Amino acid sequence: MTFRLAFWLVALVMVVAAYLVVRSQNLVRAVLWLALVLLGTAALYALLDAPFLAGVQVLTYVGGVVTLMIFGVMVTGRQEGAVAEIDSADRIRGLLVAVGFFALVGGAILKTDFSNVIAPRPPTTAELARSLLDDYLLAFEVTSLLLLAAVVGAVVLARRRDPTPETEGSPR
Amino acid sequence: MRLTEVLLLATLLFSIGLYGVLTRRHAVALLLSIELMANAANVVFVAFATLRGGPGEALVLFALVVTVSEVAVGLALVMLLYRRHGDTVLDLAREARH
Repeated sequence: MTFRLAFWLVALVMVVAAYLVVRSQNLVRAVLWLALVLLGTAALYALLDAPFLAGVQVLTYVGGVVTLMIFGVMVTGRQEGAVAEIDSADRIRGLLVAVGFFALVGGAILKTDFSNVIAPRPPTTAELARSLLDDYLLAFEVTSLLLLAAVVGAVVLARRRDPTPETEGSPR
Repeated sequence: MRLTEVLLLATLLFSIGLYGVLTRRHAVALLLSIELMANAANVVFVAFATLRGGPGEALVLFALVVTVSEVAVGLALVMLLYRRHGDTVLDLAREARH
C-alpha cells in the first residue's frame, strides 16, 4: 500500500513537471522542471529496486546534464530567457500527434496481458558490474569510444571561432 | 499490474516529450524535450528489468552514456548556431544550410 501511494505521488509529480518542461516560457525554469522530472525518475528507480541506477541517475542527469543545460541556456539565451513559441496551428497538430501516440501505445499496453510475470530478483550492483565487464564487455568498450568521440566532437564544434575556416588553423 | 502502471506512466512522459519536440522552436527547449523522451525509455527498461528480468539495468547504463553524449554534441551545435546568428531559434538552422 505504501508502495502504491509513493508510486502515484512520484508519477503525479513527474507528469506535472514534464508538462511544465514543454510549456514553460522561461527556459531556465524549464530546465529546473526537467531536473524535477529526473529526480522523480530516480525515486521511481528506487521504488523499482534499482538503487544503483537511482544514484547514477542523480549523479549524471541531475548533476551533469542539468548543469550543462543551464550553462547552455545562460550562454546562448537572451536576457529574459524568452522562448519564441510557434503558432497555435502547429501546437494543435503537435497535440494531436502526441495524444494519438499515447492512445496507440497506451491501448497496446492495456491490451497486453502481463500476468505471466516471472518476478525475478533484480540484479544487485555487484552482479550488474560483473555483467558489464563480462557479458557486455564489447558494448562497454564501444560506449567508451562513443563518449570519447562525442567529447572531442563537442570541443571541436564549440571551439570554432569564425564561420570561415581559413581565418583560423584547423582546431587541434 | 504494477508493470502496466509504470509502462503507462512512461508512455505519458514520452508523449509529453513528443509534444515538446513538435511544438518547441528554441533549440535548447528541443533538447530538453528529447531528454524527456530518452528518460521515459529508460523507465521502461528499468520496469522490465525489475518486474520481468533481463538485462534492462545494464542497457540503462549504456543509454545514459548515449544520452549524455547527445547532450554534449547538441549543446555544442547550439552554441555554434548562437555564435553565427546571435539566436538559437531553429528556423535559423534551416537558413544556415543554404
